Formats: sequence, structure tokens, C-alpha cells
Amino acid sequence: MKRIKRVFVANRGEIALRIVNACEELGLETVVGTSDADRDGLAARRADRAVCIGPAPASESYLRDDLVVQAALGTGCDAIHPGYGFLSESPKLAARAQDNGLILIGPPPEVMELSGDKLRAREEAARAGVPVLPGQEVPPDRDAHKAADEIGYPLLVKAAGGGGGRGIKLAHDRDELGNLLSLARSEAGAAFGDERVYLERFVANARHVEVQIAADEHGAVVHLGERDCSVQRRYQKVIEEAPAPNLDPATRNALTAEAVAFATAIGYRNLGTVEFVLDADTGEQFFLEINCRIQVEHPVTEAVTGRDLVALQIHIADGEPLGFAQQDVVFDGHAIECRLNAEDVARGFMPSPGTLSLFSIPDLHQLRVDTALCAGATIPPYYDSLMAKLIAHAEGRDATIDVLLEALEDLDVEGVETNRALLISVLAHDDFRRGTITTDWLERAIV
Amino acid sequence: MPLSDEDVREILRIIDESDLTELRLETEDFSLHVVKGERRLDPPVPAPTPTPRPRQPPADDKPTAPEPGTADGLATITAPMLGTFYRAEAPGKPPFVDVGGRVEPDTIVCIIEVMKMMNSVTAGVSGTITAVVPENAELVEYGAPLFRVEPA
Repeated sequence: MKRIKRVFVANRGEIALRIVNACEELGLETVVGTSDADRDGLAARRADRAVCIGPAPASESYLRDDLVVQAALGTGCDAIHPGYGFLSESPKLAARAQDNGLILIGPPPEVMELSGDKLRAREEAARAGVPVLPGQEVPPDRDAHKAADEIGYPLLVKAAGGGGGRGIKLAHDRDELGNLLSLARSEAGAAFGDERVYLERFVANARHVEVQIAADEHGAVVHLGERDCSVQRRYQKVIEEAPAPNLDPATRNALTAEAVAFATAIGYRNLGTVEFVLDADTGEQFFLEINCRIQVEHPVTEAVTGRDLVALQIHIADGEPLGFAQQDVVFDGHAIECRLNAEDVARGFMPSPGTLSLFSIPDLHQLRVDTALCAGATIPPYYDSLMAKLIAHAEGRDATIDVLLEALEDLDVEGVETNRALLISVLAHDDFRRGTITTDWLERAIV
Repeated sequence: MPLSDEDVREILRIIDESDLTELRLETEDFSLHVVKGERRLDPPVPAPTPTPRPRQPPADDKPTAPEPGTADGLATITAPMLGTFYRAEAPGKPPFVDVGGRVEPDTIVCIIEVMKMMNSVTAGVSGTITAVVPENAELVEYGAPLFRVEPA
């Protein structure tokens, strides 16, 4: 009594292709909704059908939940997979899908609503006994300085509607806070339609560690281990790995138990990621946010657990029980992913769209490559600059790093600028080898 | 100060949404020259033929209508948005236009429905309708050909 037979893929690039492939393995049909710029993309060509849902700018295509639902209905789909980014965490899409009898592959709208409100998520985490960073909301009519003095400087000003590294500002002292608060509010209003901001303690030496969870519709919640995503630039992840290096077993157990407790407390469904910040100086861990989507970096978890997470998402959305228990989740080896981006590192990481005259990544035994690009393909200027994810999986961490280095050094790419040299220098760096990277490391290293 | 990713996308978005076809911007630090692709000519040009899909469409969906020859001087009215194509205001009502009918640029030729929102589509060209491409109540893609028009 499977309900899902045809899946509408509301995304583009490598993740759209990833979803098409997962569906194909499950024997499901796919329809990819593309923008005008992506009509000839690999995902559209590989799917059973593709429909162009709008012009190239995402605001007129990939971000239009009305067009996505209309296209899904009009092509006879039963379910929508939103991928990551775009509408993947939109309660509006989730609600509209539900109202039209479509299954959104992700959590229900009310859970997305809660997760998208970073302030409410913080409160729920605290209520579930999960440690959160000292912080509080600062409404415009209240003096923020008193709250700030209690938290201590430097501190972060975060948008309640933000998340995923967006809508964050750092204030070093009272003057700076005074100057940026109203700007932060108006920016938050413009970007997220929600002017609320809150203050949160800034952890100077922080590691970003997140826990993959899976919850079915029958009350089962498990974790699939953690990922370390501390190599970041401007809060955007560059390299991710599983398991997190140099993590003591007690901390790992606490993180995974807290993630499961939080997901259970909020009635989470489907796959999700609970993000934590780890204070590298004190060893304390704090809840940051929960993400309601498949993550860009999900392949490292797939590598070490041997499980297909996109298939698992579809399976859960179809009402099936998880089919495995926590003790069945076993971990094997080490996996690292790096994101090859079309960007000009020397020119302030300016996006470098263009046509690839050459693009080939060596076929290595321990390497997985997720990409929708090949030689001759064009990287349009409208979207993010991710070209490919290179994922190495080997016995130990050093061997895994070596596989990625070999792949990066031997890959051929011409036609656009890429961050390949930067990835090589990070992976070859002693600090990375030692596993002592904190979230500010990359930006300090490239100044 | 270098432009950020957001800046570049924002500039492209603004240009894309404006009527400009060319923009030249110069400051001390940089110069920018953007020429917009000639997508919206007057009269409308035929939409690019979609790449054929290697696999068959799902069985119970009608395949997209084949593109008739367009080297015959005909103009094409294309779908300005994805949605359900309706030839008339309501079921049972006469169609807005039919083959042989005369249209002016502001003549309403059909409705495209997106989630209960009815969007009127105007011809954008003067001439005589020679073909209606989609079936009534069919899903049309953004840019899909709707009508062939012999310009006059």
C-alpha cells in the first residue's frame, strides 16, 4: 500500500540528480521542476519528465511554492522532494502540499514552523533539557544593553527567522551593539519577514558538530552519528566529516542523546539535523538549531553508516516504519566531503559562472562524486556556486584525507575559477591533519 | 571592496526584472557591463524547442505537443508562467480566441491558473490565430507555445 509512486523534485543541480537517482533505485517515477536556466540540466535529462516552472531567477521559479505544487499536481505526482535550500524548510510549501493532498518529503508544517523560529527552537531545547547558549530576545522597546551585559561581550546578534548561518552579526562591545541592532532588525525583516532578533553568547573557539537524526511516523527516533563541519567561511561550510575528529566518547554520547531527546520532544518526523556548537576551550556543548532538510553534507553519514538517507526520507514519508533500531546503526571508517565551488578565491570568493570547457574528476576507488555537471555544461549565474561534492571514505582519517588530496590534485577543470587550491591547502594543513580546526580557522588562515 | 555573491545575484536580478537590455556601470574600483540576452523581442519569438527527454514520460500524461515548423514567419504566444491552460473564462463559455480570430497586443487569449489564481494572458502581438497548441485544462510549462499567430 505504497502511496508514493511519482516524486516531484523541487530543486536543481547535484541534489536534484541525487533525488532522481534515489527514486530510480526505489522504482519511483520522477518529475523535475526546473527554471528556464536549468532546462538542459542533467537532473532534468535523467528524470522521467521535466517541466519548466518559471524564469531563471529563483524568486520566480525555485522559490515559488504555488508553482511547485501546481506543477506537481499537473504532472500526477504524489509527493514533493524539496532537496536543500530554496523551499526545503518552507512551512508554506509543506502546508500547501498537505492542503492539496501531496506528501512533502520532510517534517510536517508545524514542525517546520517551530524549527524555523530559532528563538522558539531554543526554548524547546532548553525545556527538553538540552543545553543552550546564554541568550535572550531583545525587543525594540527594551534596553538591549542590560541583556548584553549579562551575556558578556563579544556576542552574536541573530535573527529569529534566520538560521543556516544567515542573519548573524558579531558585536564586540556596547557601542557596536548599539550601532548594529536596528540594522540587524531591518535586515531580518527584509530577509526573513520577521524583525525579531536575539542575543547569544559568542563562543570564540568553537567547533560545529551536528547530529543526523531520523524519526518515523510511528514514534521511533534514532541518530545516525555526528558530523564535524568546522571548516567554514562566513558561516558557510566548506569541508565536513564523520565521525568528528578528537571527540571524546562522553561528549559524543551526550550530543547524540540530546539530539534524540530534542527531536522526540518536538514531535519531529523524517530526517533532520540537530546542530551544536562545541566550546573547544571548555568542552561544553550547546544546541544551535535543527534543520528540517537533507543536508548538503549528508553523504559523509551515508558513507560511514552504509545507509541511503534520501531513500530513507522517502520511506519515512510514505509511512513506513524505520525498519532498524539504534543498535543496528553501526559506523565504519572515516568520511570527508569537500565542496568544489565555482568561485574566484583571489577576488573575494566572487562567483565564477561560465561554461566548463573541461571537467573531469578522477575515478578513485574510495571516492564518491556528487555532481550534475560535466564538460560542456554551463554554470548559470543565478544560483549557488557548488559544482561538485567530493566524498572520500576510507579506513582511517589520514587515508581519507589522502584520497581527497589525490582527487583534487588530479581533477581537470577549465572554463571557470574554482576553490580547488584552497581545498587542497586546507586538507594538507597540519591543523586539519591534527583535527583541531575551529569555525574561525579558515578565515584567519586565508587573510 | 569586492562584490559579494549576493551583490552579483542582486544586480542580475534587478537587470532581469527591468526593461533594460544593456547596463554600463563604472566606479573608481570597478566597471560592469551587462547585456541582456534577447529573450523578449516584439513580436514574440518562438520558445526554444525543449530538449527531447531520453525516457518516456509517465504513461498517463500526454506528451508535450511537437513543435510545428516555425520558419514560416509565424509568431508564437508563449506561456508567461507555468500553470493550467484555460481557453475560456469558465466551462461552457466560448473560448477567448479561436483559429482564424484576430488579436491585438492587449487581447486576452487565455487564462493560466496557478493555485486558484487566474492569470489573464494577452497576445502581445497583432495578427490572426493560426493554431492553438495545448489542450484545454492542460498543464503548460513556463515558455511553452500556446498560440501561433500570423502577424499583421
